[in-house]
Amino acid sequence: MALLEVRELSKAFGGVMAVQEVSFEVEPGIVYSVIGPNGAGKTTLFNLITGIYTPSSGEIRLDGQPIAGQAPHRLAQKGMARTFQNLQICMNMTARENVMVGAHLGLDRNLLKGMLRWPALRRADMALREKAAELMAYVGLEAFVDSRADAMPYGALKRLEVARALAAQPRILFLDEPAAGLNPKETSEIDVLVKKIADGGVTVVLVEHDMKMVMNISDRILVLDYGKKLTEGTAREVRRNPDVIAAYLGKAA
Amino acid sequence: MSAQFLQFLFSGITVGATYALAALGFTLIYNSSNVINFAQGEFIMLGGMLTVFFTGAGLPLPAAVALAIVVPAVVGMLVEKLAIEPAKGAEVVSLIIITIGASLVIRGVIQVWLGKGTFSFEPFSGNEPIHLGGATLLPQSLWVLGVTALIVVALWLFFSRSLAGKAILATSCNPVAAQLVGINTQWVLLVSFALSAAMGAVGGILLTPLTMTSYDVGIMLGLKGFVAAVVGGLGSGLGAVAGGLLVGIVEAMAAGYISSAYKDAVPFLLIFVILFFMPRGLFGARVTERV
Amino acid sequence: MKRQRGLLVLAVVLLLLPLVLPNAYYYDIAIRMAINAVVVLGLNLLIGFAGQISLGHAGFFGIGAYATAILTTQFGWHPLAAMAAGACGTAMLAALVAKPIFRLRGHYLAMATLGLGIIIAIVLKNEAAYTGGPDGMAVPALGLFGFELNGEKQWYWVFAANLLFSVWACTNLMDSPFGRALRALHGSEVASQVVGVDVARYKMAIFVFSAFFASIMGSLTAHYIGFVTPNVADFFHSIELVTMVVVGGMASVFGSVVGAVLLTALPQALATFEGWETVAFGSILMLFMIFLPRGLVPTLAAKFGRGD
Repeated sequence: MALLEVRELSKAFGGVMAVQEVSFEVEPGIVYSVIGPNGAGKTTLFNLITGIYTPSSGEIRLDGQPIAGQAPHRLAQKGMARTFQNLQICMNMTARENVMVGAHLGLDRNLLKGMLRWPALRRADMALREKAAELMAYVGLEAFVDSRADAMPYGALKRLEVARALAAQPRILFLDEPAAGLNPKETSEIDVLVKKIADGGVTVVLVEHDMKMVMNISDRILVLDYGKKLTEGTAREVRRNPDVIAAYLGKAA
Repeated sequence: MSAQFLQFLFSGITVGATYALAALGFTLIYNSSNVINFAQGEFIMLGGMLTVFFTGAGLPLPAAVALAIVVPAVVGMLVEKLAIEPAKGAEVVSLIIITIGASLVIRGVIQVWLGKGTFSFEPFSGNEPIHLGGATLLPQSLWVLGVTALIVVALWLFFSRSLAGKAILATSCNPVAAQLVGINTQWVLLVSFALSAAMGAVGGILLTPLTMTSYDVGIMLGLKGFVAAVVGGLGSGLGAVAGGLLVGIVEAMAAGYISSAYKDAVPFLLIFVILFFMPRGLFGARVTERV
Repeated sequence: MKRQRGLLVLAVVLLLLPLVLPNAYYYDIAIRMAINAVVVLGLNLLIGFAGQISLGHAGFFGIGAYATAILTTQFGWHPLAAMAAGACGTAMLAALVAKPIFRLRGHYLAMATLGLGIIIAIVLKNEAAYTGGPDGMAVPALGLFGFELNGEKQWYWVFAANLLFSVWACTNLMDSPFGRALRALHGSEVASQVVGVDVARYKMAIFVFSAFFASIMGSLTAHYIGFVTPNVADFFHSIELVTMVVVGGMASVFGSVVGAVLLTALPQALATFEGWETVAFGSILMLFMIFLPRGLVPTLAAKFGRGD
């Protein structure tokens, strides 16, 4: 059974259809990419699936269970995690704390125990500190473990988003343009990182502009154009599809 | 309609008109700068207190009134220039605190300068009540209503017909784009603060012969104006006027039929009811947040 | 660790202070500083850490003070029972209004909390049969296990211990999973949601907790002063509390203490400039927000190269 099923999903902003009757399935354990020209509705699609927006119509199923319209924190409980294209880092915290927040659901969040420095809670927290440092090393941020988030460069913050998402131990991870704004060297490092995450057993859904990276690492690719599904298939199939070429290069091609 | 009900309605609409002016002031500043100016009430107070001072200093009423509008407008511009502009881009919480600071300074200066007394001056057209359907209406109430109506129409013309008004609208819609097409957005901010302060002052001047004034009336009047703006859905001009009248009427009815001691609590209870059932106010737009 | 160092410094200061306090007047000021510091700590959890504003916190303080005054004098309750009832009542009221309030943001939230504070103050002023109206009412001394607290010197130790515990507890809380979630929703609401933080619930929890804190302090203060007036619940007191948070430093535990100490001392220092207190308060608020928006303690900490 598919891990994620999206059926006839639509979202209208005022009169504009940002996403229109899009359907696809994501099998567990793969890297699934969503591509398309600017304004094709990729980020909106992510926001719909992860509960930030409520769909106008259509169905979303995780493990066969309907999840459309559920709040983001409920979806997190079901094993979803994501990163943001335009960075949503908590600048009022340290880098390590940002990662620790990712593990929120796995912790004892009791207010009174926290206040009284409850030993069991304290021990779990100390273990998490170590775990967070390991995760930061995993995404290549070992140099920033004790930095303040607002003192880190852009490329590092992009990775910090990934580390935070991984701290939640998700089954399915949505990466929204992890390589946007990075130089070619940093991009190829992200490329390696995404592969590493997928090999670790996490299903990855990726929105990305960097075609080289997408073609390189994706098991399947969904192409959106003007909010509609243009085609879907393997990298090889998508590359040869005349509609895709037209969408990217213009109809005259 | 019973005479008593009519009487409460009259007094509600009169006070409500002042709230509407304050609410329009809030709305104007909110639209152009996204700041809620908690000092708005102090401009109402300034209008009344300064008229008292200038007439007491021997100026004829029209001159005193003119000065009592111009001075608060200048104070409004000073607040914008000295307190709001330097803090550009601060958090909502910080901006709220800055305007509260400004309001304390204005109130404190008036308290030291003019004292803690309660003052009033003669109504503009005498005290002879007009009888209407068994209820009475003071000529000053007609002044309040007439001038408020005039200001609302003038504002509407300003925003729909004049270039300056459109520049303000454009700035509220998208400051960066407005700047790109050559609008001086700093000037827009100054004008909005001056206009709101002047409107607040007018309300304060008109209301003083009816309700008296003192250095500390600004808090309550301003807060109720804010309630009116929120009830109308922050940012909507029509909503501000409707909200002001609604708050005034509900308050007058509650004072008359339920308890005058709880008159001041009514607008705040109203806000809970409205925000509970209509989180964006009566006329506010629904917004989806972008991430 | 610097956490413990700060706590140790505070403990030493509190311990040594009585040696230099010359008379009851200075004891009284020290006690008022400690009271404000604890209330401000609670408010800072809400404003500084969670990024939500309350302009009606004096109202909760007032409920605590009056619950103690009314229940002990007119209904003969034990002071502790009265204190608990006040705090639970406050918490329930806060929870009741929090539900609609926290669907709102920024300006609406400021408005709603401010309105709540004003309503509480009006009720206290008007229900004269119970509250004594604008003149206020007397409160009996706090007796515990046959021992009666009286005099500034005894009370000093109560509030000093209270402050030390509160600072310890707040530092712990902010370093716990609950506190991190709270700071995260301040930093990025959407990011905290997608990692599983139920944002509305957390905001409500900290609002209720902070109100509970204020109510307890209100009860204790009523016992200490022996008299309550509706002024404890008024708008200006709420603003004073917010000013202390801002001046000391939002999201800084020790900043709350520093802010409370400075702004409690200020009116005493300004007493010679009769009438100018309001102007001074307003100017301080504006100047701090414009030039030191992070507040004293975080700014100094950053300057000397240490995190807070």
